[in-house]
Parts: sequence; structure tokens; C-alpha cells
Amino acid sequence: MKSSNNMMDLYFMDARSKLIDIAAFMDRVERSGETEDFRYKEFVKALGVLHGSGRAEAVLQHFSDPSEAPIDQATAGPALGAFQST
Amino acid sequence: MRYIEPHAHMVSRTMDDYQALAMAGCRAVCEPAFWAGFDRSSVAGFYDYFCQLTEYEPKRAAKYHIAHFSWICINPKEAEDPAFAREVIQLIPQFLHKENVLGVGEIGLNKNSKNEAAIFQEQVQLALDHDQLILIHTPHLEDKLKGTKLTIDMLRQFPQLDPGRVMIDHVEEHTIQQVLDAGFWAGITLYPESKCTPPRAVDMLERFGDTNRLWMNSACDWGVSDPLALPKAILELRKRGFDEAAIDRFVYQNPLKFIQQSGVIWEW
Repeated sequence: MKSSNNMMDLYFMDARSKLIDIAAFMDRVERSGETEDFRYKEFVKALGVLHGSGRAEAVLQHFSDPSEAPIDQATAGPALGAFQST
Repeated sequence: MRYIEPHAHMVSRTMDDYQALAMAGCRAVCEPAFWAGFDRSSVAGFYDYFCQLTEYEPKRAAKYHIAHFSWICINPKEAEDPAFAREVIQLIPQFLHKENVLGVGEIGLNKNSKNEAAIFQEQVQLALDHDQLILIHTPHLEDKLKGTKLTIDMLRQFPQLDPGRVMIDHVEEHTIQQVLDAGFWAGITLYPESKCTPPRAVDMLERFGDTNRLWMNSACDWGVSDPLALPKAILELRKRGFDEAAIDRFVYQNPLKFIQQSGVIWEW
């Protein structure tokens, strides 16, 4: 069983804080001249999906590798958080 | 509140963490075999690790009255050398019938390579041959969506596989639906950055919790992770209005139902 709660009361201040963090991150990247980094470009594009619904899923889909077949050999290093198309 | 931590890499944690888990209400931890942060140089290294998981770690947990269960496998990150991986796989059967072993895991894909896929399928067959439960790791970040699809496709190649005996872990909003629709269990991992926060986990429980094929875990290890992530998710569930019976189902009864299928004996 679940009782209803007000999501704005629960999460607005947290989301507001995170939104300002995102804004500050973008300013920081701009000042450091890294706006051509593919991860930043994908990040900016991902902001566009926030206008629709199912936003969390859409953002995750946006950053995902869209290919379907296994690759020949595992690449070195950790995942980067955004898919880099060649 | 009682809960089961169904995915924690306790060999990477201190006794302080066991104490904190016990004080938070943790009754049992389940520890999958995983990558140590570096590639092991020999098969003997895996043998020692499997002994650690099945003999030494349960004793550490018992000092805080926490039951310790483990999963045995070669992880996907060290599966890129198939000859080496197959030598490790030969070691596994002797550990599968230890009293604290739940099954084969966490197997799966890491970078979605052909070698990873081959070793994954061989370990699925191993689990079937030995009537074991299966715990599956899904890849990180940009590789997760593709890896989850490939994993489900490969599992469908085993017609004798009961999806109710397979847990596919580390789901997020873009993968949970396909895992549950295929009849598998789904694990939600609570990580500070790279996987899921407690509010997002509760969002998914609101949407899919009625399937009763979900669990949450911290997957705490040697990286940035939080062994108390699950108690924090319990607080989040309370904030969102879930009653104690529903929370108990999410954090105790559901994981219990899954791991009991292994046949391990524990004073539940």
C-alpha cells in the first residue's frame, strides 16, 4: 500500500540544486574551451529530450550505443558515459 | 528494518562496513564473483578468490550475525582471453555445491565483445548443467542498452532456461521493461554516480514493483559506492508513502524468494 505525497515538496529543492550544478558545469566547460568534446556535445543534445515525456529513459537512450552486433574485441578502458560515433 | 543486501563485493570492504550493515538491519549479503580492479595473472588467482568467497568471507560476516552467500564465475571483464577463461570455468563446478553458493554469477557482458558473449553462453550452459541460479551483470553506461538486448537474445537460445531463475542486474529506466517483459528478475543498483539513485529506484518500483521480480542492491565494491545505499532507499520509500509491508516485500521477501530457489539452507 502506498499513500500519496507531493513530489514538488519532496524534490523541488534537490532538482533546483542539480539544475544549477548543470548550468555551472556548462559554464565551466565553456570557460575551459572544451565545448568540442564529444561528451559535451552529446550532453547538450540530451538536454533537448527533456521537453518530452519519459525523460529519464530518453536521456539514457540518447547516451547509448545504438549498434546491435557484438564488437570484434573489447576496447581498453572504462565506459565514457556517452557513445562516440565514428 | 530487516533487509537482504543481494549484491555486495564485501572482499573489498572493511569490518566497519559489516558493522554498519548489521546495525542498519542487514540479515544477509550475497556476493558475486567479480573483477578485482586488475586482471589476475593466473588461474590459481581465481581459485584463491573462490576460496575466499566460500570459506573466509562467510566467517567475517558471521562476526556480525550476517549470513553470507556467494556466486561463482569468471567475470566478463576477464573473459576477453577465451583460453584463460575456459581454464577458470573448469574450476567452477567444485565450488557450486559449497553450502553458501547461490549459483553462477555475475556473468554477462562488459564491452559487448564476441569473446565476452562466447564465455557468457558457456557459463549459462554450465549453470544449466549443474541446475544453478544465474546472476547477470549488464554493462556500464553507454554499453548497457545494447548489452542488455544482446544478453536477452542469447538467453533465448537456451529453451530449457527458466527465466524465473535468472536475475539480470543493474537495470535502469531504459532496460528494465525489456528484462521484466521477458520473464526475468531485474536488479536495481544504487550507485552514487553511474547507475541509479534512491529516488529513481523508487520511481521504477512504483511502475514495476507489482511484478515482484525486482530487488535493489548497493553493489558496493572497491570503487565509489555506498554499502548503506539500501537503507537509504528504504528511507526514500517511506518518504514516498510506501507502507512497511510493501517495503519489506521489496528489500527482504523478494530477494529471499529468488535466492531460496538455490536450495541453500539458512534460518530464514
